[in-house]
Amino acid sequence: MISSTIGIWNYWIVFLLMMIGLFLVIGRKNFLKKIVGLTIFQTSVFLLYITFGKIKGGTPPILNNAIDTVYSNPLPHVLILTAIVVGVATTALGMSLVLRINSEYGSIEEDEISAQDLVDYHDQIETSKKIDTKFIQ
Amino acid sequence: MISELIINAFLVTVMLAIGIALLRTRTLIFTVVLTSAYSLVAALMFITLDAVDVAFTEASVGAGISTILFLAAMAYLPKEEEENINSQILPALTCILLGGILIWCSYDLPEIGLLSSPVHQHIVPDYILGSRDDIGIPNIVTSVLASYRGYDTFGETIVVFTAGVAVLVLLKNNTQTSNQKNKNSKRKVS
Repeated sequence: MISSTIGIWNYWIVFLLMMIGLFLVIGRKNFLKKIVGLTIFQTSVFLLYITFGKIKGGTPPILNNAIDTVYSNPLPHVLILTAIVVGVATTALGMSLVLRINSEYGSIEEDEISAQDLVDYHDQIETSKKIDTKFIQ
Repeated sequence: MISELIINAFLVTVMLAIGIALLRTRTLIFTVVLTSAYSLVAALMFITLDAVDVAFTEASVGAGISTILFLAAMAYLPKEEEENINSQILPALTCILLGGILIWCSYDLPEIGLLSSPVHQHIVPDYILGSRDDIGIPNIVTSVLASYRGYDTFGETIVVFTAGVAVLVLLKNNTQTSNQKNKNSKRKVS
């Protein structure tokens, strides 16, 4: 019973961590928090993959000369190595977008930015109405 | 064998604690530090799961470089997250539902470390033997990354290059607009 619970305990926690990451992305309005949530989600997916590759009593997949060695599965490791580097590139791009938004709007809260957009939109409509009335007169 | 799994279960529970702390905090610098700690504990877990290459990449790139990126960006950003006005019930419900379904499905996943699980059956023995006989590099991860799946690594390089160019373009405009704003404010003063 205990060993079977420990056998899938990793999966449970990894799924909970994924959900924490997803909640940070869709539930919070702060852009930096959203990017942190993406990072959390990514790292938990990495953990899931590496967990699949583990073999009980295995060694890291580096060849040695002993005969009876069991190597853990190297293929998930290769996938995740690529994914980590791509993940940092994504983070860098997201952070530079956040910096750009901050210099344009002076805020990184989603609510404030959409409110400012709404005000701008109303201003545009007002000015276009004034131009129209001038033409009619 | 069982001690490995117990260490694993402990480390992953530490990660859950860090995740819950992330949900509760509102100070952004604290968020960044917690993310760094999360990556470091993940690196420890990768070592216990026999993925040494992944562990040092995660420790240097995930915990090192991305923390530096976050801290550098924090210099220009507000320090506190604002209180949410809208209710968070709908996102929370979505996450709880999805997490419940995933945990329900986890009973069908193979237990950790079974040699008979489907991941280990198909092509892995070929790669392990080929790494010794065809390529001659003792580290199997390196020989797969650089030789068998070299095209993937090439694609990864292209992605990183594209992201770097995009970051440069975005931040270049950023400094230009701030210069223009400074000029405008100076004009107003004079």
